[in-house]
Amino acid sequence: MESYFQSYGVLLGLLVAGVGLVAVAFVAARVIAPHRPSPSKLTTYECGMDPVGEGWSQTQIRYYIYAFLFVIFDVESVFLFPWATAFVRLGMQAVVEMVVFVVILAVGLLYAYRKKVLQWA
Amino acid sequence: MSPLAPVLAAAPESFLSRVGGGFFVDLVVKVVVVMVFVLVAPLVIGYMEHKVLAHMQHRLGPMEAGRFHGWAQLVADGIKFVQKEDIVPAAVDARVFTLAPAVVLVPYIALFVVLPFGRTIWAENFDVGIFYTLAIGSVTVIGTLMAGWSSANKFALIGALRAAAQLIAYELPLVLASVAVVMQSGTLSLVGIAEAQHRYWYVLTQPIGALIFLAASLAELTRSPFDMPMADSEIIAGAYTEYTGLKFAFFLLAEYAGVVALSGIAAVLFLGAYQPLPFLGFVPGPIWMLAKVAALSFIVIWFRATYPRLREDQLQRFSWILLVPLALADVLATAVVKVAVR
Repeated sequence: MESYFQSYGVLLGLLVAGVGLVAVAFVAARVIAPHRPSPSKLTTYECGMDPVGEGWSQTQIRYYIYAFLFVIFDVESVFLFPWATAFVRLGMQAVVEMVVFVVILAVGLLYAYRKKVLQWA
Repeated sequence: MSPLAPVLAAAPESFLSRVGGGFFVDLVVKVVVVMVFVLVAPLVIGYMEHKVLAHMQHRLGPMEAGRFHGWAQLVADGIKFVQKEDIVPAAVDARVFTLAPAVVLVPYIALFVVLPFGRTIWAENFDVGIFYTLAIGSVTVIGTLMAGWSSANKFALIGALRAAAQLIAYELPLVLASVAVVMQSGTLSLVGIAEAQHRYWYVLTQPIGALIFLAASLAELTRSPFDMPMADSEIIAGAYTEYTGLKFAFFLLAEYAGVVALSGIAAVLFLGAYQPLPFLGFVPGPIWMLAKVAALSFIVIWFRATYPRLREDQLQRFSWILLVPLALADVLATAVVKVAVR
């Protein structure tokens, strides 16, 4: 039976193998595939027209707010996992505590909804 | 003391560890087995998609490559992709652009290490199994963002931001549905969760969780009807617009690997992985697991042939307003029931 760290050693080996697979494939493609760059071939794709402005343009701020909302709930889910494996032994008290925790975060979601953050207009 | 402890004690070791020859031989054998699975399974699912979609549209699909019903079509595609010119446009941030396909693909490879195909048929049984799969599965969003941003292309940027917003929005229902299963089984280990379903599959006790998980996985894979980040009629190919040749092929491989991976996780969480149906126990466990993965992948493909794409705002609202509160309620309801019937 392998030890705790040895089991993660297999994971490390697999990551190395995965990176190796990609590296070998890229080298193979570099050897096999043709390489004939030309200025028009290297332009940014914009439906065949000459590109207007640059590609790193401004985007909607709402994506940023989604990211905020996500962080709050993702941290919550990290707390949920250890609780989920132990709450049966701890009984109803643990359930009530988690209900309070979830409700507080749910109020946050309700606030975001009332502020119309989740609407697109 | 968990009621599962004796069961797990009876099957604590992977069949791959019986090869003998010490840790490093084990490691190499496990890595090779997982890599072969990762390279073969997505091709099978990709071929299945060609064929299933074709027949749903009254076509035949690939029929030539490999003589028999075009079985070698995806192998031929792979060989073709390697020979294609690798174009890196002048405006691109070349280093990030090249790294992105690897960042999307490698986490999926690492995910397959924990999928159980039988009581002893798995490569690794991490004690944080499901947590690990969800964590490593969400790394791919970084790769998609890298691809979209480094491309210096407006379509790619819009596609990448849509993909990122979608992946984080649907990550939550996915995680919460898994939490409900963890609460019922009392363990995070995927083998443990599968063993806990030896009497009945959790799809019977967690039907809402199963539906949430299915919807959220479709969105995580950016598959129809949640394929807004790849909406080809408006933003070409989203974050992958500037990619050609082998790099593009890696994104495709990652997509099908993702279908297999999430079907596999769903099969473990809700369909009992290798647990047979009643009276069908003579069929070996790995065949059950493969059949469940294939059936769930078929549903994923079926959705693509059936539903039109959701609009971006509908897609976000569906997760934040319906799925997240529903999943939270599901978790709390499971908690109350579990403690009450203890």
